[in-house]
Formats: sequence, C-alpha cells, structure tokens
Amino acid sequence: MAPPPDHRRPIKRAAISDQQRRREVALRLQADRRSDAQNRARQLASSVLSLGPEPATEPEVEPEQEMSEASGQLAGRSDLDPVRAARLRGPEVRKWFARQLLLPEWMVDVPPSLDRDWYVFPRPSGKRCFVVSSNGTTISRLRNGSILHRFPSNLPNGARTKDVSGPASSYSILDCIFHEPDETYYVIDMVCWRGYSLYDCTAEFRFFWLNSKLSETGASDPPSQYHRYRFNVVQIYECNLAGLQASYSGQVPYVKDGLLFFNKHAHYQAGNTPLALVWKDNVCSQYVLDTDSKGQIPSQQQVVLELQNDGNLTTSDDPPVALGSLSRDLIAQSGLRVGNLVRVAIKDERMRLVDGKLDLGELQLVGKTNHSRAFADTYSKVLFQHAARHAPLRIEDLVASIQSNSSMDNSQALDVEMEG
Amino acid sequence: MALEVTQILLNAQSIDAATRNHAEESLKQIQEQNLPAFLLSLSAELANNNKPIESRKLAGLILKNALDAKELHRKNDLAQRWLSLDLATKTQIKTSLLQTFSSPVSDARSTAAQVIAKVAGIELPHNQWPELIGSLLSNIHQVETHVKQATLETLGYVCEEVDPQVVDQEQVNRILTAVVQGMNATETSSDVRLAATRALYNALGFAQANFTNDMERDYIMRVVCEATQSSDVKIRQAAFECLVAISSTYYEKLAPYMQDIFNITSKAVREDEEPVALQAIEFWSSICDEEIDILDDYRSEYTGDSDVPCFYFIKQALPALVPMLLETLLKQEEDQDQDEGAWNIAMAGGTCLGLVARTVGDEIVPLVMPFIEENISKPDWRGREAATYAFGSILDGPSPGKLAPIVNVALNFMLAALSRDPNNHVKDTTAWTLGRIFEFLHGAAVETSVITQENCQQILTVLLQSMKDVPNVAEKACGALYFLAQGYEDEGSVSPLTPFFQDIFQMLLFVTHREDATESNLRTSAYEALNEVVRCSNDETAPIVMQLIPVIMLELHQTVEAQKLTSDERDKQNDLQGLLCGCLQVIIQKMGSIEGSKYAFMQYADQIMDLLLKVFASRNATVHEEAMLAIGALAYTAGPNFAKYMPQFYQYLEMGLQNFEEYQICAITVGVVGDLCRALEDKILPYCDGIMTQLLKNLSSNQLHRSVKPPIFSCFGDIALAIGENFEKYLLYAMPMLQSAAELSAHAVSQDDEMLEYTNQLRNGILEAYSGILQGFKSSPKTQALVPYAAHVLQFIDTMYGGREMDDAVMKSALGVLGDLADTLGSHVGPLISQSSSSKDLIEECMVYDDPLIRESAEWAKLAINRAVSG
Repeated sequence: MAPPPDHRRPIKRAAISDQQRRREVALRLQADRRSDAQNRARQLASSVLSLGPEPATEPEVEPEQEMSEASGQLAGRSDLDPVRAARLRGPEVRKWFARQLLLPEWMVDVPPSLDRDWYVFPRPSGKRCFVVSSNGTTISRLRNGSILHRFPSNLPNGARTKDVSGPASSYSILDCIFHEPDETYYVIDMVCWRGYSLYDCTAEFRFFWLNSKLSETGASDPPSQYHRYRFNVVQIYECNLAGLQASYSGQVPYVKDGLLFFNKHAHYQAGNTPLALVWKDNVCSQYVLDTDSKGQIPSQQQVVLELQNDGNLTTSDDPPVALGSLSRDLIAQSGLRVGNLVRVAIKDERMRLVDGKLDLGELQLVGKTNHSRAFADTYSKVLFQHAARHAPLRIEDLVASIQSNSSMDNSQALDVEMEG
Repeated sequence: MALEVTQILLNAQSIDAATRNHAEESLKQIQEQNLPAFLLSLSAELANNNKPIESRKLAGLILKNALDAKELHRKNDLAQRWLSLDLATKTQIKTSLLQTFSSPVSDARSTAAQVIAKVAGIELPHNQWPELIGSLLSNIHQVETHVKQATLETLGYVCEEVDPQVVDQEQVNRILTAVVQGMNATETSSDVRLAATRALYNALGFAQANFTNDMERDYIMRVVCEATQSSDVKIRQAAFECLVAISSTYYEKLAPYMQDIFNITSKAVREDEEPVALQAIEFWSSICDEEIDILDDYRSEYTGDSDVPCFYFIKQALPALVPMLLETLLKQEEDQDQDEGAWNIAMAGGTCLGLVARTVGDEIVPLVMPFIEENISKPDWRGREAATYAFGSILDGPSPGKLAPIVNVALNFMLAALSRDPNNHVKDTTAWTLGRIFEFLHGAAVETSVITQENCQQILTVLLQSMKDVPNVAEKACGALYFLAQGYEDEGSVSPLTPFFQDIFQMLLFVTHREDATESNLRTSAYEALNEVVRCSNDETAPIVMQLIPVIMLELHQTVEAQKLTSDERDKQNDLQGLLCGCLQVIIQKMGSIEGSKYAFMQYADQIMDLLLKVFASRNATVHEEAMLAIGALAYTAGPNFAKYMPQFYQYLEMGLQNFEEYQICAITVGVVGDLCRALEDKILPYCDGIMTQLLKNLSSNQLHRSVKPPIFSCFGDIALAIGENFEKYLLYAMPMLQSAAELSAHAVSQDDEMLEYTNQLRNGILEAYSGILQGFKSSPKTQALVPYAAHVLQFIDTMYGGREMDDAVMKSALGVLGDLADTLGSHVGPLISQSSSSKDLIEECMVYDDPLIRESAEWAKLAINRAVSG
C-alpha cells in the first residue's frame, strides 16, 4: 500500500493535530495579549476593567477613611497610571470609577455663545452610571462605583455570543442614565468604543460616534435573552432656539429631569467641569429643589459638605471650596470624623456673595448623610439651589441669551479653552 | 590532476564500519584540502565507463550534495562556492557530466542528469552556461536511444530545478518540442517515451505561453491523453500525473478537453492498475481543489471575485462522477484501518467524494443516498462500510438544513452499528462518521444542532463503551468525543456534558493506560479528547478538572523518574511526556481563565513548575516545546508571582532561545518571553540583558530559520512595554537592527505568495516592536531618546504604503505606530508627521475600509496625530 501523495490528506485522517492546535492557540493568545497590552498602554481606557466577580451589595459600607480619600482626589484620571488601574480590585475599583464620570456643573449663569458652541438635550431622570461591556458581560456602575446591573447585551463583547468583530477583551464604555419606568439605559455619552478611547475627543465627535456606532450593534433592540436591557440614544440638539425649544417642551419617551448642555469642543473630562452644564425648572423637572433625607423639601436650603481636619466644611470641587466650618466642640459632640459628609441647613438671611464668593454664614448641622453617598455638593450646585429659591435662571433668560448672541458680531472671543 | 578516488568511494560503502568511517574521513579531508581537484575527480569517476557502478554513483551523489542542500543558508553557501571556482575546472566538470550521457550504464546517466540540473540551477540565473539547452538539444534526433533518454531526463530535472523566468521563450519552445515529440506514440522506445512524459511534468510550468496558443495546447493535450493509453503502466501513470498537474496549473484552459478526460479517467478508475487509477481519481480531486478555491473567492467578503472564473466542471460531471466514485468505495483492502499510511482506491475515492461534496454542496445528497440505502444493511461488510464511508464523506459541504433530517434518522442506526456490528472496519468508519456529524452539524455555529440534551447521554454511553473496543475503533471513538465536546466549547454553564465529566475523564484515563494504547495513535487521541473536554469545562465542572491535576502530575512524575529505558521505550516515554505537558497546558489555560478556580489552581503551581523544569532534562524537541508552552500558560496565569520561578527557569529559557536546529522550540520560547513580559512586567528587568543579548544574536544569525525572526521583533516590543524607559540601553543595538530589517522588508519584491506573506510577517513584527518601544517610553523623561528614530519609522511606513503590498494586519499595526509616534512624541514629531504621505493618505484610505478594526485604528491614529500636529 503506497502512501497518499504529499498534498492529499485522506479524508479519514484528522486535518490538524491537537498539538498543532495547542501551538496555534498559544500563538493566538500571545498575539491577542500583546495587542491588549499595547492597547492598554495606548490608554484605551483599559483601566476601567476590573470586572472580577464582586457582590453587588449596596449601599456599600466602607471604612470612613477611604471615603475621604475618594472625595479628596477628584483630580482627573491622569493622576493614575492606567496600566496600574487595570489591576485594581474591590473598593479601589469603585473609588477609581467614581472619579471617571464627567460631572456637569449647575448652570448659574448663561455661558456666552450658547447657540454656537453648545448642544442641549433633555436629561432623562434616573440613575447616572457607567456601562462597561467586555469579555462577554455588561456591567453598569453607579456614580459611587457600586454595581447596578450585570447582564448580557448587544454592546460589543457584551454577551457570550459569537462576535467576530475583534478580541473579546476589547471593551466599550458608555455614560448612561438608567431610567427605571421603561428599564432602559439612555446613553448620554460614549467614552470608549471597542477598545478605542474617546476621552480625548470633542463632544461633537463623541456624539457623532455614538449615533453612528450604537445603531450598528443592535443595542437599541428590544430586550431578549442575550440582551437584557435596551439602550437608547438621547436626541441631541444644537443649542439654537429651535433646539432649546424642542428640548424644553418637546415630547420624549422618558421622564425629563432638566436640560443638559455640552460644549461641542470639550473633551470628556472626568470630574466636575463647566463645559457641561445642567439646568432645570419646574416645567422640565419634577425635582428642582433638593429634598432632605426624608424626601421633603425643607424650608431652609440644605447642603451636603465634607468635614476637613481643620473643621472646615468643603464642597467636592477640585480644589475644594470651604463654605463654612464647625467648631471642635460640635464635631466632638456629634461624633463626626474627618471626611464625613454632613448635611447642614443655611439660614437664608445669612447667605451672601462677597467678591463673587459665596459666604453661607452660620451653618446649622442637620446630621450625617448615609453611606451610599460618595460626594459632597459642588459649589455650583449650592449656588443653583440658592438661586432657585430666590432668583432662578429662567428659560426666558436662556432664550434671550441665544437671541442676543445671534444678533451679535460673531467675532466675539470664546470663553472656552480649546484643546483641538 | 584528478585524484584516484575509486577505492575510497567503494570503502565508503563497505559493510565494515571502521573501513567506512575511515573512507568518509578521507573524502572529507580531500574536499577540505583541495575542493576543485576533489570535484574534478568525482566528475571524472562518474564519467569513466571502466569504473564500477557503485563508485560512479556515489561520486555523482557527493557531487550533487556539494552543489545543493535543503537548508536555505547552506544552499546559498554552496551555490556561492561553485560560482567562485575557476572557469577551467567548472568547464571540465560540465564536460565530464555531458560525456556521461553516452555511457551504456543507465544509473550513471541518470546520476549525471541530476547533477547537471543542479549546476544549471546555480548557473542559469546568473546567465552562465547559456549554451546548455542548445547543446542538449542540438542533435536529439540523431543520437542513440539511451542518450536521448538521458537528455530528456536531464531536461526534466533542469525544469524542476530552475525558475521559468530564467529560460527564454525560444528555449522553452525547443524544450517542449523535444519533450512532446519524445512522448508521441510514434516514439518506439518506451524508455524515451517515459523519460519524455516525466520531463513534461516538470516542464509544464514553463508552458504558460504555449498553453495560450490553441494549436500548441491541443497538440500537448492530445499527446498527453494518448500517453494515458500506452501499453506501459509507468507511462500511463506518468501521463495521468501530467493531467493532474495541468488541472491545477491550467484549470481555465481545460473546458474543451473535459469530456475526453472524463472518459479516460473513468476507464482508468474502473479498469487500470492501482497506481494509474489513483492518479485518475487524483485528477478529479485536484479539479475540486481548484473550484473550492474559486468558489471561496466568490464568497469572500472583501473581494467577492476570483482571478480565474469557475467552469463548474464538477457540477457538470456530477451525475457520472459520483457513481464512479461510489464504486471505488467497495474496493476496500483488509486491514487498511490498522495501517496509518495506507492509501488505496477506496480511500482515494472517498477522499475525492468528500471534496466533491464541498464543491457542489446540497446537490450531492440525492446522488449518494440510494447507494447508502442499498448497501447499509448488506450482509457483506464491504457494503455496510462503503455506505457508511459515503455518508461520512459528504457531511462537509451540503447545508445543515439538507443533512439534519437524514442525520436525525441515521443517528440511532449509527450508534447501534458502533455497538453491535461484527466487523471492525464498519465500526471504525461508523465512529469516524459520528465524529464528522458532531464536527459539522453540532455546535454554536450550527443553528439547529442534531445533538439534543436527550440523545447526548445515549451518544456518550456508546462512545465511552467503544473506547474499550480494538485500538483503531477506540481511537475513532475518542476522535468523535473530541468533536462532540468541541461543540460545547462556547456553551457556558448549560452544557449537557456536565453530568458526565467524571465518567468521561475516567474512561479517557483508562484508555491512556491500555496496554495497546500505542497502536493506531490511540493514546494521543485519548489525550486530545481529554484536552477538548477540559476546554469546554465551566464554573460548574472546574472542580472535576481540578481533580485531574494531581493525576496528570503523577503520571508526568513517573515519566520523569523512569530510568534505564531502551531506545524504543524512550521514544514512547517522550511521546507520553509531550502529551502530558500538552494536557497540563490546556488545564492551566482553562483554570486560569475561570475566575473561581484560579486561586485553587495556583496551589498546584509550585509542583507543576517543579515537574516541568525536570522535563527539560529530556532531549526531545516535542517534549521541550510542549513544556515551554505549558510554562507560558502558567506564567500568564501566575502573573507577577511567576517571578519566584525565574531563577531556576531562566537557564532553560536561554537554552530554548539558543535552539537554532529545532527552530520551533526557539519560536515558542520567544513567544514565552512575551508571556513573561506581560506577567512579570518590570520584574523581568534582571533577565533582560541576557534575553536581549540572545535575541540580538539570533537576529544576526543566518542559521536561524527565518520564520522565527518576525516574532523576535514583536518580542522587542513586549520587552520595551514591560520595562519602559529601562529599554533605553538596548536602543543602541535594537534600533539599527529594526531599521535595517525595515529597510529590507519595505523594499522587498515578493515573487510569490509565500514570500509576500513572510515579508508582511516581518513588517508586522517590526511595527509591533516600534509600538512597544514608543509606548514603553510614553510619559517618561527619556522620551527624547526616541526622537532621532522617528523620521526612519515614518519613512518605513511611507515606503510600504507606496509599495501597496501591505496585508490587513500590517496596515493595522502601521496605523497603530503612527498613532503611537504622535501620542508619545507629540509636538516633537508633529511637523514630520504632517509631511509623511502615509499619515494622511493611508489613514484616509483606511477610514473607509471594510474591516471595522482597521477603520477604527485609522480613526484613532487620526485623532492622535491631530493632537500632535496642533499641539
């Protein structure tokens, strides 16, 4: 019996040996891991990926000290080596996450060139979260870093289905609001897509990307076995009169909670930024005035501030702004520790603006806040809440600003730092 | 100045070892002392009709080996050596060789023909010996028959040896004319006719122009077809070999001849002797190969077209072709299943039937079903085996929708046959067919699997039972289990195999211990099935896999401890060690990837590492490779903790990197360095001097197989990424290497697909190195050190872009490097990048590419560059 010709494999003989397969698998894994490592170094937001199993219990009770660290380091992501961040586990992951979201400031006055440089859209009411899809799972995390849902989705690598469009470990990160009534994630921004970072892209580009990419994936399909929640894109408008009008009074499929304004040229900046602004009134939001811990609107404005070791009470801005202080006796009496978030009431008649700076005068301690709360209020929020009670910025003011802008000379300098 | 070498050459073939060794030593000495004289003596010996044929043949063989070698670098050295000999010596040697043609001794003529071809292979590309072909053909019509035969034989060897481009068309015409005339039925000597037919086989590659000329092509085809009808079986076989070669080289020219060829081949398949019949079947297999490739191109996502159109020969021949092939299936030989290298008409026919099924898909099913139904229950085992074989052969090709209903009916029958058929051939083929069913009609990619929760248990019971059958049947049962498991690899936690894991492992381990496990490849198949079942384990079954670890370790331990083995036992021991290391590798990979089992697994890490280090004591290449792969997997799973094994492991790592002869080991070891970089990160720093030194040495060596070089470049990137700015001290050595390799690969002209593929691998490796280095230095104060290299990197990409031969992987890596340059060096390279053509055009081009990964790489690079340019 002569052997078959060299190139002709008898059909009953296996096409490749398992050894060959092991060799090929090893080479493929090496290549994948190399490209992972390179992508990670490219700051492709790999940092966010410590998706190890972790109980989704919340509110998370953490040592007090860590809280203070978390809120004390509100600097951007650049202070943390992303390669190292990728190895974070447990509470560190949550702290790290907490620092990644872009946090809009409250609109206390109208920025110049609103119609030219800004987008506007009606903000869905719900839980703000980061949604990360990778390695066959999708995980949403709240602002405090704790897990909201872990589920399969049609996002890239968001479910254990055959996805041939790239390595399973490449991930996508969306900035979303989870809207309870229709169990839908409303996507308000895109931070990473298939391993590519959009942090350093302008809002203009990110929104364009978001609109073109999300629809390719079937993420907006109705829920199914491998796609637990629907993802919808929020309609974004140019902030001209028509856009503002549509956002303010147009019908949307979700409960509105104010309007969000994004500067078109701004990158995705973690932490508080004046290049994204939130504004609301009673027409477009059910919750204009803050409620207290019992859900009632208190007669006096209350703010949440962080206790520093010098007794000062500060906002969560970077750098923190001190709005008042507590005496050592009071601190000792109430069993407060450094880093605690405390709720204080403002006596209206005492609050003043001095040289453009807010002075709250004497503060009345209401109590500690609950643990799930990660941050103190921001300075702009305190101002906005104060204005809302006394001299609110009205929709008419916004309209007027746009109208005056459009009649003004276009050569007016932009009050915005451009990074190209 | 010819030396007397006859006695030495005879002694070199003595049965007495001492005499032999002494003679070989003498030959070596003469060669080293005076190469020209040595070669002259050999050619004179070969040409001398008064010398014994034994010394003449060996003289020719040594001469041939002095001109050519398998390894590329040695081959080049020998060619260079020949070219540098003085002209007089070369001329005299060539004259002696041509003289040998007139020798009455056919072995001497044949040897001379081969040596001439080797000389021609060296000289013709350098425009030397231009008169060779002319002088061979000058008096072809006048010479004696045996000279004519030697001349034609030489022409065949020359065509085999040299590239068609170095012979001009006029000479090609003369060669073909002589060869085809020699093949003609009017040629009375069958030796001449056979030599001419074999020569045509090699000359076909030269006949491109002649095949586009209708008249010349008709003539060649007629002569070939006539030769298939020769009374000499060797001529018929050689003529069919020509038809096979024509079918792949000139597929698109075949249409006018297909009807005749069908008649000729089907007659040969049915009536001719086996070697001829096999070639006739091979013709159709070869046509299938062509059409499968073309149809693949048609379906390809990106091109959707093929250079050559499909003529659908198979589809047209189908109604007659399939019955012809089915007949062959009944011509089985007894015991063919025990002989792994066996090849006969039935096997070739089934193989061809399988290719036909892949070519035409659904259409084959109704043509084969009647044969199956008629034979599947025949009392004669041949009928049952042939029916099963036919069924198994057509499972790849037709749509699952077409096959599933038939398979659903057949499955129970197959399971019963595997358990109860009295004939081992039938059981062997039945188990194989079950494996094919699982391979093609089951798994995540198949919409409706024929395997259900319900029948899965029954299937497993039968398969496990068959593993106790004779070795060849048990081996096929293991293979079937392999594919059954493979279908559940992506299943997550709902695999129906879950309840049977324990039983499966138990049976497979039992099989590996069977006394006859080395027969029919049984042990290997059992371990392969075991690996596949491990691969499809999940959270739930991980604890059972974990129990396997001490068992496999114990086995490996026993092989490491075994002593005083005979060489046969040693071979078996090596095989087993390789299999066990492979199994450990798969377990490590799997347990490392299941979050819940990783911690428990790591408790075994010390012991496993200890054993693997002992395995390196073996001198067997496969074992080393398997152990190295297992260590790579362990490093990845252990992460920075692997650092504690480095002091002991390092020597073996270095050994692996130095293993040029078994370059597979070297390549795997280079890959493991990458694994280590990612696992240890900066903890690999203490070992980097040694590793880098060895890698740089490897790159400068022309003895290392070229396929290892691209991964070495990639490995530079891995190291740089792990140790960051500490790579600075290697820049001085690594960068020039990268630059000169980049230079070469950017300008490489790729003559064939293989070369093009290699060039692209090399480019990709170089680009990965650049990326790793750039990224490693990112935000380091030493970034400046890279600025001087930026221009060259950009130039490299520009040149490649200009050359238009980048494949997708290279394109993606190039985009990555462009982005990394901008990202790491920022405004330092902004102006340079703006000037680079590739940064604009390549990126723009890739932005609209079909492949989303390339598109997005381009978009990313664009962003990074925009920032660098504007910043």
